[in-house]
This record gives sequence, C-alpha cells and structure tokens, in this order.
Amino acid sequence: MKPINEMKLSFESRSCNESFARSAVAAFIAVLDPNVEEISDIKTAVSEAVTNCIVHGYRDGIGVVYIHVKIFEGAKVVIIIKDKGCGIGDVKKAMEPLYTTCETGERAGLGFSIMESFMDKLKVRSRPGKGTSVTLEKSIVSKGK
Amino acid sequence: MPVDIDIEETCVTAYISGEIDHHNAAQLRRKIDEAVEAAYPQILILDFGAVTFMDSSGIGLVMGRYKLMRDLCGRIDIQNAPRAIGKVMRMAGIEKLISAEREDKRI
Ligand SMILES: Nc1ncnc2c1ncn2[C@@H]1O[C@H](COP(=O)(O)OP(=O)(O)OP(=O)(O)O)[C@@H](O)[C@H]1O
Ligand SMILES: [Mg+2]
Repeated sequence: MKPINEMKLSFESRSCNESFARSAVAAFIAVLDPNVEEISDIKTAVSEAVTNCIVHGYRDGIGVVYIHVKIFEGAKVVIIIKDKGCGIGDVKKAMEPLYTTCETGERAGLGFSIMESFMDKLKVRSRPGKGTSVTLEKSIVSKGK
Repeated sequence: MPVDIDIEETCVTAYISGEIDHHNAAQLRRKIDEAVEAAYPQILILDFGAVTFMDSSGIGLVMGRYKLMRDLCGRIDIQNAPRAIGKVMRMAGIEKLISAEREDKRI
C-alpha cells in the first residue's frame, strides 16, 4: 500500500533536538485531527526512540538521526526512527522492562515499554556496529474527540 | 528548564515547569539535588502542575530522587501531575512505590 502523505527529517544527534523532533512529528500528523491523548502518546514514543539514538546509538559522539513518517488511508501513522550508531546485540533483552545499559542510575530502562504501550505496534531492528531502526505504528481514531 | 524551589523546615518543594526530557533532566536534577543537600529535608515534594511533557527521562529523575531521599532517611512525594504525566508515571509504578513509603515511614 502506498502512503497518502509522507515526510522525512534528519538532524544531528544533539539533545537540544529532542524537543524539535517530537514537535515536528506532532505537527505533521495534525491534519488527522488527533485528540490530546493521541498527540501526547505519539510525542512521548517519538521522544523515547530519538533519545535512544542520541544516548545509546551515538553514545561516543555526534551522528545523524533519521525520521520518516508515513500516513496511510484510514489515518494510520507509521514512524520510522533510525540511527547509524553502535546497534544492539540482543534486541529481545534490550526490550525487557527495566533493562538498561546506563550506569549512572538516572535511566529507568522503560523507553521500549513506553513505546510499546503508547503505540499500536513497535518493531525494532538492529545490527551491532551498523545501527538501529525503530518502527512505531498508530491509527488515529478519535477525529479530535 | 525552570524549577522554583521552596524550602521550609523539614520539607523541600520543587515546582517544575515545561518539558522533562533527557535534554532538560540534567539541569533539573542538579538544581533539586543542590536544594536537598543544603536543607536535608524529611520530605521532597515534586510538583508537576506546570509540566507539559514528560518521557522516561522524568521517571529516571523521580527514581533518582527517590533513592537520594531514601539514603537521607526521608521520602519523596509527587503532586499535581497532569493526566498525561500520570500515565507515564504509572508505567514505572511510581505511585505505588510512593504510597508504600508513606505507609512505612508515616511522615
Ligand atoms: N538506538 C539504540 N542504539 C543502541 N542501543 C540502544 C538503542 N536503543 C536502545 N538501546 C539499548 O536498549 C536498552 C533499553 O532501552 P530503553 O529505552 O528501554 O531504556 P533506557 O534508554 O536504558 O532507559 P530509559 O529509556 O528509561 O531512559 C538501552 O539501555 C540500550 O542499551
Ligand atoms: Mg531509552
């Protein structure tokens, strides 16, 4: 199926771009008339995926984060967020609630759990040394209500 | 990242506003910890009334302060969290954790 509208975005993995990234995605899907909760769910999930690229994928420096948003018939939104960073060795383990490789004690290990529960679908593909791609999917059903 | 801090005898209240993400969390953490380490309160209250966005970085922030206050033999409390922020907190079971602590310490 071909999308009825799409948008691509790439930006440097600086933490000051996290807010820009989630706001840009929210602005692009505004035509679908999502309600407050749907917008907030999508912004939160996008923020999780983008922050992971910045904090984990490019932990040793600055790289490029790629976002591709597609809108399909029936108000289905598909968001792909990618980095060309370090990748994940064991994706299944990484997706377990509370699992984190962060050692400062300031990360909860709940990013993937939030993406999974706030969106309809979550798919993660990764190759160590090559990078990580996260696909988020959600249908906007509220029509603003 | 604005945070207003109110210090009373045994209680520090941090009124957080704006968006809590990875970018903003470090500065917030620094300001809150500074106040806690200066005042040694029994209770640290985090007020989310003016918070417009929060992701898992906010959970990390709350859990970190929870541990800090536990080390000081005190506890944290959370107030005025808007709906969307409550939804993120529930993912981590933060509300349950805090009410258990409240029962335990009775302060
Ligand atoms: N883009 C990525 N590149 C490399 N590793 C990643 C990437 N995304 C996630 N990971 C790995 O998966 C783990 C779990 O990610 P998740 O987002 O669930 O938790 P976290 O980022 O550690 O903590 P939180 O999201 O709660 O702040 C991370 O600790 C990291 O090891
Ligand atoms: Mg994360």
